[in-house]
Amino acid sequence: MANTYVKIATVTVGAGGAASIDFSSIPATYTDLVLKLSARGTTTSGARDSLFATLNFNSTSTTYTVKVVRASGGTPSASSTGGPTGGYVDASNFTASSFSSTEIYVPNYASSNAKSFSIDSVTEQNATGWDTIMGLEAALWNGTAAINQITLTLDYGNFAQHSSASLYGISKS
Amino acid sequence: MADTKIIVNCETGEVSEVELTAEEIKQREADAIAYAQAKADEEQAAAEKAEAKAAIADRLGLTADELALLLA
Repeated sequence: MANTYVKIATVTVGAGGAASIDFSSIPATYTDLVLKLSARGTTTSGARDSLFATLNFNSTSTTYTVKVVRASGGTPSASSTGGPTGGYVDASNFTASSFSSTEIYVPNYASSNAKSFSIDSVTEQNATGWDTIMGLEAALWNGTAAINQITLTLDYGNFAQHSSASLYGISKS
Repeated sequence: MADTKIIVNCETGEVSEVELTAEEIKQREADAIAYAQAKADEEQAAAEKAEAKAAIADRLGLTADELALLLA
């Protein structure tokens, strides 16, 4: 159990929306990182948008290995993919003012080994018409440098106003 | 209105909002295309698998429900 849980930074998207949210110059002084995101996308293409968390500006598909279990209305499915990943966010088709919830947990983010991380993500919809989706992901990034940059982007649209992201550092003692 | 990115400097706490560069816009478009392709490949593989399963069930004279029951 973590003894400390320190908020490193938080950001809330303003009226104009944002194409990406970058956490830069992340200090290497903690043991683990936790990123919590409450987000809504601007896309009207489909029921949701996909979130990507790119580490240290590395978007090369083959440096990420991702195992995903997802469920949305029907039978759950699983897949194995590459590339930055991060779960799902509400599309603007969803209930007004609803936001998805995502947690990304990165243990030993400052180590010189490849980093594994987990993602827990769920969209919110309070009306019929579109199914919500939940995703659980286990990912590995092959980078050996300490993670000092996390960039959040969406597949289709931008982050809508009031989306917010907070980065926390956890120390083992 | 131009797309912007929000940058949070975790050392100083400074938050800035800047317009995307042409290179970033290009990269963003390339990433979206690559992701769409990967998703399409994944869906095609799943469809081919389902088709192969259905063909086997057909050869065995089983319905999809009976096959699902056997595999459950």
